[in-house]
Amino acid sequence: MSASLGLWNYWVVIVLMMIGLYIVIARDSLVKKVMGLNIFQVSVIMFYVSMGKVDGGTAPIVPEGGVEGVVFSNPLPHVLMLTAIVVGIATTALALALVVRIQERYGTVEEDEIRDMDFRDTEHGDP
Amino acid sequence: MNAHLPVLAVLTPLLSAPLCLMLRRKLAARFFAIAVAWITFAIAISTLQAVMQAGDIRYELGGFAPPLGIELRVDATNALMLLLVSSIAAVVLLFGPGSAGATIAKGREPAFYTLLLLALAGLIGITVTGDAFNVFVFLEVSSLASYTLIGLGNDRHAPMSAFSYLIMGTLGGTFFLLGVGLLYQMTGTLNMADLTVRLQDVHGSRTVVLALALLVVGIGIKLAVFPLHQWLPNAYSHAPSVVSAFLAATSTKVMYYVLVRVLFTLFGAAFVFETLRADYLLMPLSILAMFGGSLAAIYQTNLKRLLAYSSVAQVGYMTLGLSFASVTGVTAGLVHVFNHALMKGGLFLVVGCITAQLGSSDIARMRGLGKRMPLTMAAFVVGGFALIGVPATVGFVSKWYLVQAALEKGMLPVAFLILLSSILAVVYIWRVVEIAYFQEPEAEAKVSEAPLNQLLPTWLLIGSTLFFGLNTDVTVGVAQMAARQLMGVLP
Repeated sequence: MSASLGLWNYWVVIVLMMIGLYIVIARDSLVKKVMGLNIFQVSVIMFYVSMGKVDGGTAPIVPEGGVEGVVFSNPLPHVLMLTAIVVGIATTALALALVVRIQERYGTVEEDEIRDMDFRDTEHGDP
Repeated sequence: MNAHLPVLAVLTPLLSAPLCLMLRRKLAARFFAIAVAWITFAIAISTLQAVMQAGDIRYELGGFAPPLGIELRVDATNALMLLLVSSIAAVVLLFGPGSAGATIAKGREPAFYTLLLLALAGLIGITVTGDAFNVFVFLEVSSLASYTLIGLGNDRHAPMSAFSYLIMGTLGGTFFLLGVGLLYQMTGTLNMADLTVRLQDVHGSRTVVLALALLVVGIGIKLAVFPLHQWLPNAYSHAPSVVSAFLAATSTKVMYYVLVRVLFTLFGAAFVFETLRADYLLMPLSILAMFGGSLAAIYQTNLKRLLAYSSVAQVGYMTLGLSFASVTGVTAGLVHVFNHALMKGGLFLVVGCITAQLGSSDIARMRGLGKRMPLTMAAFVVGGFALIGVPATVGFVSKWYLVQAALEKGMLPVAFLILLSSILAVVYIWRVVEIAYFQEPEAEAKVSEAPLNQLLPTWLLIGSTLFFGLNTDVTVGVAQMAARQLMGVLP
């Protein structure tokens, strides 16, 4: 297997990341933007998790027979991602709460419609 | 005792925040938050003193030795930022409920102060930590609190502005996280001091360059570096004035500090500016920001939005200082961070005073306000002079060092551009001054001077722009010491 395919985990990360970024940029629906953002964040989480994995490595728990000859995965990146996942959940919850507020005030969650309404507001001198 | 100061500065607001929420009463929450902010400010002052006397403070969190454990590390740069963030919070919180009460839904006040304390804790966390991943965590703590604070405004556009900021901010934070991940992959450490040493062996690697690029883009979004500034004008102009004042004076400043840390401490000025020539990118962008931000500010009809665009321009001056990659340049950048926080914080509080009286921050409605609110508008004029860079204000000090740094490098055109962009600041400040002082007030409008609890914090910040404009020893002294440490020149 060639070197560029051998590191297939990076391909997964980059493809996911770009899909997420594209959704955030291209979609008008705010809810879809939040989903895109989630995919974007998950790609980085997968990057960290695959980084800590060692070929044939197991969870870093001392087995009964001692640690002689046992290969462990690196637990640190995995632990870091627990924090990142919590951050991601908090961000998603807050984003969705804001979407609810926006829906209450504008009656829509489509960005283009909201922009049109804001534009009409400014024309009538009420920015 | 001194060794515990950095961790106390983070823990005081962080642990007080939930207590504040439990108080439930508006006044109790307010006074509690003010007390906490002033205690934090006192801790920051003692930290700065300790650092100036005894050198860097290192603190092993939980007693785990670095590089495995998280280390808090405070040197002159952090101490200056710590002082800045906590002092702004302490003063801004004093701002009377005239504004906070009017722009925040009833019954939400304890939540409002809780969020302010959380944002403060996050920002202080970023400044004191010596661990790259820890920066990300505190960054998200402060960001999540500030998205909510912006969304709390009664302004119809507030939730949408907060949402756009959330999207941009999260993209920035995630880029930063990916950059940290790549660094970890290359070096196996997250401790900044350890990273500095280990990165030197792998400087040529493409992964490291990619990591640097991701970190800079991530920070650039949060710092609102031109052209990544789109979120800032909306977020600042639709947030409650107190929040705008607090965030404008602290949030972008702390991100600037992170940028300085990444460029100068982690990668080193030699690698970033001599091998990669990052100044070829940073300098044009800074100059574009200076002009783009100021030009956009000239055409604004809303004072809050005008100040927000002016912030974009001022960030340009700060990053310009970095792009010189000299001790004078970095000193200018750091001094301007401090000075701009004072003036922009003060100016946003002026807007808070005006909005509380007029019910709007439209410039067109400020006719004759110089007569109706003399003290408030005087504060605006002084703050405006500081933005322009009139001598005897802090703005002059920063521009003096910036121009000096440009001349040191023999970049005469850049020095000229700095002066030229200051003239643009004259234009947008003068527009407001003209309407407020040289046009007759509307006869029927009943507008009076802002109450003392709003004027006091406003004038504390505006007054300090005059004070530090005349007494430059403290700001320039600490900034110079910090710049020497960052550039690797021993004092």
